[in-house]
Amino acid sequence: MSQVLKIKDLHQTFEQGTVNENRVLRGINLELVAGDFVTIIGSNGAGKSTLLNSIAGTLPIKQGQIILNGNDITKLPVTRRAEKISRVFQDPKMGTAVRLTVEENLALAMKRGQKRGFRAGVKKKDRDFFKSQLAQLNLNLENRLGTEIGLLSGGQRQAITLLMATLRRPDLILLDEHTAALDPKTSITVMQLTEKLINEQNLTAFMVTHNMEDAIRYGNRLIMLHQGRVALDLTEKEKKSLTVAKLMEMFQKQVGTEVKDDAMLLA
Amino acid sequence: MINTFWELFLSATSQGLLWSLMAIGVYLTFRILDLADMTAEGSFPLGGAIATMCLIKGINPILATLAAFVGGLIAGFVTGVLNTKLRIPSLLAGIITMTGLYSITSRVMQNAANVSLLGKDTIFTIAQNWGLSRNNAVILMGVIVVFIVIALLVIFFRTEIGLAMRATGDNIQMSAANGIKTQGMKILGYMISNGCIALSGALLAQNNGFADLNSGVGTIVIGLASIIIAEVLLRNLSIGARLLTLILGAIIYRLILALVFQMNVEPSDAKLASALVLVVCLALPNFHLPHNLKKGDKNVSSLKN
Repeated sequence: MSQVLKIKDLHQTFEQGTVNENRVLRGINLELVAGDFVTIIGSNGAGKSTLLNSIAGTLPIKQGQIILNGNDITKLPVTRRAEKISRVFQDPKMGTAVRLTVEENLALAMKRGQKRGFRAGVKKKDRDFFKSQLAQLNLNLENRLGTEIGLLSGGQRQAITLLMATLRRPDLILLDEHTAALDPKTSITVMQLTEKLINEQNLTAFMVTHNMEDAIRYGNRLIMLHQGRVALDLTEKEKKSLTVAKLMEMFQKQVGTEVKDDAMLLA
Repeated sequence: MINTFWELFLSATSQGLLWSLMAIGVYLTFRILDLADMTAEGSFPLGGAIATMCLIKGINPILATLAAFVGGLIAGFVTGVLNTKLRIPSLLAGIITMTGLYSITSRVMQNAANVSLLGKDTIFTIAQNWGLSRNNAVILMGVIVVFIVIALLVIFFRTEIGLAMRATGDNIQMSAANGIKTQGMKILGYMISNGCIALSGALLAQNNGFADLNSGVGTIVIGLASIIIAEVLLRNLSIGARLLTLILGAIIYRLILALVFQMNVEPSDAKLASALVLVVCLALPNFHLPHNLKKGDKNVSSLKN
């Protein structure tokens, strides 16, 4: 299996040198091979979002290295990483441009990381493709290409964001608690769609979640972060027989401290 | 009575047409890119100065007007670079450029505060030579220029780059995540915006018959007022339709001002009257609609970054 992502000794410290110094990541080492679908859990402040932001490029990296498909991308800005990395945010409003129509948003995603010129933004030949892609969401969006995204519900927007993130196949897709802001029913729909899209294109994925059930159910690898370090790294085989209770137990053993209540993990 | 009103209306229409380019320019930064750009008050007199000096040198009026547009592009580029590359907040970046432009415009006008176009051919005399009255010539030329600008903008906003620019103003994180060079988009937006504003300055200088170093003061208010009037009258329009309604907004604003001046106000009170008209335009819709200015017409108070 070919290696897609390699994170070497990644550190992130906020407000370095002040009394508020906060060492959020304390040496993360990870390797992902093609097709890895990794779920990441951890309590608040464990460094999940910081890790994702470091990979996406929204946080500059002072210490450590990130290698994508053999290329060192540590110093590249977000826009330069966008060709290879796509992202779905927690807030459904974040992933789409509100005042643009459905088809305009999709057209933007079609050109992710590509050179943009003075050709038509939404091309005729793309419309059929957009329609067929939207049809598979089963949200009756295929006939609403001209609707402004802002008029759609959070779930619909998140589904479209997901589609946008996979329209042009990314080498790596980052999902940052992308179902957390949705109601339970929509959340399940979007999760199933996530799995479908990832499996169909055999994508390499990072999914941060607060939902331990989801973390166990989806993906082929589970990572738990604790205080900026990888506390647990479970393979597909180990995941199969896993339950939330077992996961809690393993976590306590690993960390060596009593976890007061699972609110800490689930919150 | 009816005659004076008709006169008033025609004059407001011709003036409004020329001012609508100002409104279009302000709209590009203020609404599309969500930036507050004060460069307008510098690029407006700059456009007037460039066109006037070119005309005095005997340059073709159309070329002189285009030269003014290019001057605006450059002014916008400067603000864009200050804002994006040097990370100066947009409001300050605009004020800096505006301040600097005062000296530049003064130099363009060879240190005169006023330069007359008396007896020189302007873009409007071209139409007058076709046998049109002065006011009709201004209206015709105004319509031609404004429609060319709007047509080009509508086409532009449908291109890949145009979409990218609109996305940048709409959701900058999402744009960056999709590989859009958001800084470049902002710079380009500043440029086109100030190009339009300089164009407005060039046409109005030719209409007034002189370039005025101090003509920029308060012009952004005129642009904003036109935008707000257009948005209050007609909500939630596509970009093309919105740009067209800006003409209407600018004309109505001129009409309101003309009516105010019918009430014997001193010429020096003009700016205060302009400011008050803007206050009324901004405040009125809030009384009727508590959940005011919904999507597309985002709240006017968003003068951030």
